[in-house]
Amino acid sequence: MSRLEVAQEKLLDLARSLYGQFERGVVPYIALPSRTKNNIEYSIKDDVWVYGDIETNRSVKTVRGAKSMLKAVYLSELLLKEHLQNNRGSTLREIYYISENWDIAKFHEQAESDRLIEDLEIVTGLQREDFHVRPEEDGAAIFGPLRLKEQTRRGEREMHCQEDVGEAGYQIPFNVDNIKFLEHDAKMVVALETGGMYARLIENGFDEEYDAVLVHLKGQPARSTRRIIRKLSTELNLPVAVFTDGDPWSYRIFASIAYGAIKSAHLSEHLVTPSAKFLGVQPSDIVDYDLATDKLTDKDFQALRSELTDPRFNTDYWKKQIQLQIDLKRKAEQQAFAGKGLDYVTKTYLPERLSELGMI
Amino acid sequence: MEIAEEMAGRQKAISVAEFFEKNRQILGFDSAPRSLITCVKEAVDNSLDACEEAGILPDIFVQIRRSGEYFVVAIEDNGPGIVLEELPRVFAKLLYGSRFHVLRQSRGQQGIGISAAVLYSQLTSGKPTRITSKIGPDRPANYCEVTINTAKNEPEILKSCEVEWERPRGTRVELEMEGSYVRSRRQSVYGYLKNVAIVNPHARITLVEPDGTREVFERATESLPKPAYEIQPHPCGIELGELIKLLRYTEKKKLGRFLRETFSSIGAITAQELCTISVLDPDMAPGSLGHEEAKRLLAAFKQIKVKSPPVDCLSPIGEDLIRAGLKKEYRLDFIATAIRPVAVFSGNPFLIEVGLGYGGELEKEGRVEILRFANRVPLVYQQGACAVTHAVETMPWKNYSLSQPGGGGVPVGPAVLLVHVGSTNIPFTSESKDAIADMPEILDEIGLGLKEAGRKLRKYLSRQSVLSERREKEEIIRKILPRIASKLADILNQEVPDIGPVVAKIMGNLLVRRSAVQENGQTLVELRVENHTEATRSFKLHELLPEEALSVTPAAKAMPIGDGYDYHWKLMVGPGETALLSYTVRTDAAKFSEPVVEGLDAELVTGARVL
Repeated sequence: MSRLEVAQEKLLDLARSLYGQFERGVVPYIALPSRTKNNIEYSIKDDVWVYGDIETNRSVKTVRGAKSMLKAVYLSELLLKEHLQNNRGSTLREIYYISENWDIAKFHEQAESDRLIEDLEIVTGLQREDFHVRPEEDGAAIFGPLRLKEQTRRGEREMHCQEDVGEAGYQIPFNVDNIKFLEHDAKMVVALETGGMYARLIENGFDEEYDAVLVHLKGQPARSTRRIIRKLSTELNLPVAVFTDGDPWSYRIFASIAYGAIKSAHLSEHLVTPSAKFLGVQPSDIVDYDLATDKLTDKDFQALRSELTDPRFNTDYWKKQIQLQIDLKRKAEQQAFAGKGLDYVTKTYLPERLSELGMI
Repeated sequence: MEIAEEMAGRQKAISVAEFFEKNRQILGFDSAPRSLITCVKEAVDNSLDACEEAGILPDIFVQIRRSGEYFVVAIEDNGPGIVLEELPRVFAKLLYGSRFHVLRQSRGQQGIGISAAVLYSQLTSGKPTRITSKIGPDRPANYCEVTINTAKNEPEILKSCEVEWERPRGTRVELEMEGSYVRSRRQSVYGYLKNVAIVNPHARITLVEPDGTREVFERATESLPKPAYEIQPHPCGIELGELIKLLRYTEKKKLGRFLRETFSSIGAITAQELCTISVLDPDMAPGSLGHEEAKRLLAAFKQIKVKSPPVDCLSPIGEDLIRAGLKKEYRLDFIATAIRPVAVFSGNPFLIEVGLGYGGELEKEGRVEILRFANRVPLVYQQGACAVTHAVETMPWKNYSLSQPGGGGVPVGPAVLLVHVGSTNIPFTSESKDAIADMPEILDEIGLGLKEAGRKLRKYLSRQSVLSERREKEEIIRKILPRIASKLADILNQEVPDIGPVVAKIMGNLLVRRSAVQENGQTLVELRVENHTEATRSFKLHELLPEEALSVTPAAKAMPIGDGYDYHWKLMVGPGETALLSYTVRTDAAKFSEPVVEGLDAELVTGARVL
C-alpha cells in the first residue's frame, strides 16, 4: 500500500469505527492519550519521552465533546475528499478558514483546528504531512560547512550552506524528507534560540573556526527544525549543542529538541534528538560569568516550579539548575555576553562550555 | 455650709434639647454628609407616616441646593397638613409626638427626629426653620419661622403669617445647615431615597440634587399599605417593673378585668387561668397586689401559652410589594420572599419579611447587598452592628446555593437581600436608629425568614440546572448527532445510521428497537427493550399487527381490534436491563405501525409511541 492509501485507509477506519458505534447503540467516543505532563513517560526503545497509558474519552455526551467529534468528522472528510483523493494540500491556517462553511462545525480559532489535526495524527498513528497538511511558515535556517540537495517542486537544487547562501543561511523546507545531505566538513551542530546570536556567530566566523553547523531555532522550534536537527544528528552522526536564553521558557525549547514536547509526544520518535546537550545559558553561568540579568516575573516562577514536577526535567542537573534560578530570582539572555565584548561569547564562553560538554 | 450643700446649689435639671445640643452624634448628626441624609430621612419619615395615617398616596418632593457655604434642604409632601397651633411644637420641641404612647407600627416613635434636624440646622447655620402647612383646599396656608429655645426645650416663633400656596394640602419644611452632598450610590441621599422607594412602592419621591439633576422614584402600585391599628401590650416578655406600674395606675377595679383589658391576646378563660396559677383572687383590686404577688403573676404569664399578638398592629410590606419594590430598582431573574408570622420580644410584637433577588444584572463576584429596613425605614449606617447583618452572616449559605468564603460572613453571589423588621417598638442600638439590637427572638426569626427564602432560591436554581442540562442534551440530539451520522454516511457511502439507540442512552431513556429477519417466507420479528433510565420501569408494550402472530415469546395477551390484533406484554425492566420479545408473522414487518408503550412519560421513551 502506498503512503497515500495508508492515510486514506486510516481515516476511513476512524469513520467506520464511529459508524459502528452508532449501529451498535454505543454512545460514540474517541479514546485519546491525555496530553499533559502527568502522562508522558520515558521510552527506553527510542530514548525519548512519549505519551503514557492515561486516556481521555472524547464522547458526544457533552455539547463540547459532541461538537469536537462533529468537527473531527468534517475534518476527516476534507482530508479524504479534498486532499488525498485530489492529491492537494492546505496549510494549517487554510484549514481554519475552510471551516468557515461548516456551520456549527466551524473552528473558533486556529489553535482548535491545529489541536484536532494533532488528534487525528494520534488516532491514525500518522503525521500531518501524510494528510497533506503543512505549517504556515517553513522551518528556520541553517548555516555551516554542509552540501545538500533539495527536491523542490521545480526540480532538484544543490547547494552549500556557506558558499551558496546569503547571510541568513539556508531556509529549511517544511518537508525535511526532501533534503539529502551530500558531503560535509562539520564536527558539531550548534542550535541557537535567537536570530541575534545566530548572526553574531556567523559574523564572528564561529562556523568556520569550529566546523559547526549553526541552526537558528526562531524561538520554540517548528517540527521541520527539530527534524533537521535529528537528521543531522542521526545521519551525519554529529554532536548537538543547544544554546538558548537562561529562562524557564528556553529550557522548554531544549526539552522539545532533546526529550520531546508534551503537545507532540506522539511524534517524539520522529522529532527528538536524544543526544542533544544543553549548552546554556545555565543559571550557574549567571553566577560564574557574572552576567547582566533581569528579575524573574511571577509567570517565570510558576513555569520554573512547574518544571520541577515535569518528569522530563527530573534529573539532578536540572533540579540543581532550576532550584538555583529560583534562589537567584534572576534570568539572563544570550545577548548578556555582549556586555563583555562582542567576541567574548565566541572566544571565551562557547569554547569553555563546548569543552565541558566534551564536544571540542 | 457643708460641701454637699454647696454642691447642691450647683445641681440643676438639663433640658433634653441642651443634652442633644451637646451630643448630636447620638441622633445621627455626626459627619457633614451624614447630617444631610439624616435630615432628609427624618422629614421623609414624617411625611410618609402622615400620608399613610390619612390614607393619602404620598407624593414627596426633596430638594437640596447650595446657599453660600450652607445647604438648604426642602421637603414637601401632599399629606394632611398640621394645624397652626401644633406647628411650632411638632418641629421645635424634642420628645413631642403622637406615637410614643401608642403600640402600633410607625416610622417615627419618640418625637425626636425632625426637631433634632431643626436643632442641628439652627446650631450650624444660625437660621430658623421655615415651615409651610395647609390642611385643606379652602383653608389658608400657614407659614412660620421657628427655632428651639434649648434651655427650655420650647419653640420660639420668629415669624408667623398666612401665605398663598398652590397645593390643596400638605407640609413643606425648609432647613438651612452645614453639610456636604455626596453622590455615591450607597450612603447618600440618593441611595437612601432609592431604598425608601423599594419598601414604599406606593410613594412617588422626587429628588432634585444641588447640580439640578432630577431623579424620580415612580410609584409601582396605587394601593396603600394596610394601616396598622393600635393594640394593648402583649403579656409575653413583659418585665416586673412594667407590670407593677400597670397594676398601680390602672383604673380597673378587679384583677380579672384588668388582665383582660390591659393586655392583648388575653380573654376571660386565660385571665381565670392566670389567677388560678398565681393563686390570686380575680376580684381583688389590682392596686392591692404586693411585690411578691406581682412576681407570682409574672411567673404565671410565663407558664401559660398566650396566643400571638394580633397582626393588625403591624404594617407588613407584603409579598407583592416586596416583589414590586425589588423589581423596580433591580433587574433580576428570580425573586423569593418569606413572610414570617408575628412573634414577640419583651412584650412587643414584631414581624420579619425577607426578599431575595437573584441573577439578572447583579454582580456575580461581589458580596451580596443587604437592604435593611425597620418599620419601612431604610437603615444605611452601621451595617456591621445590626441584627439583620448578624443573622445573614451566621446563615450556612452554602446549603442555599450561595457561596460563603470561609464558611461565614456575608455571602457572595449575584443576589440582593431585603430584610424588613416591623414592630411596635424596634429595639435600636442607639437613638440614631442605625442598627437593630441583637435580640435573640429577632435573630431567630430573621434566620427562619432567610432560610425560607434560601430554600426557594435553591429550588429555583436546581430546576434551572436540570433545565439547562436538558437543553444541552437536546442540542446534542437535535443539532449535532444527526450531522455526525450523515457526514459519516457521506464518507463511507453508506446509509445514514439510526441514531435512536444513542439518543436513548444520552437522554437516559427507555429504548424500544424492532428488527425483522425474513426466513422461509416468514418474518421473524424481535423487539429489544433497553432501560437506560436510573429506575425500574413497569409498563405495557403493545404491537398492533394486521394478522395473528405465531410463536410469541414470552406469551402476550392478544385482543382482536378492527381487522387486526393488539398484542401486549406486561413488562418490568430494571435499570440497565434489557427485555427481549419475539414473534413470527407472514407479512413484511416494515409496514407495521410503531410499537406502543403504555404507562410511561413520553419524554422517557425512544423508539415507540406513548399512550
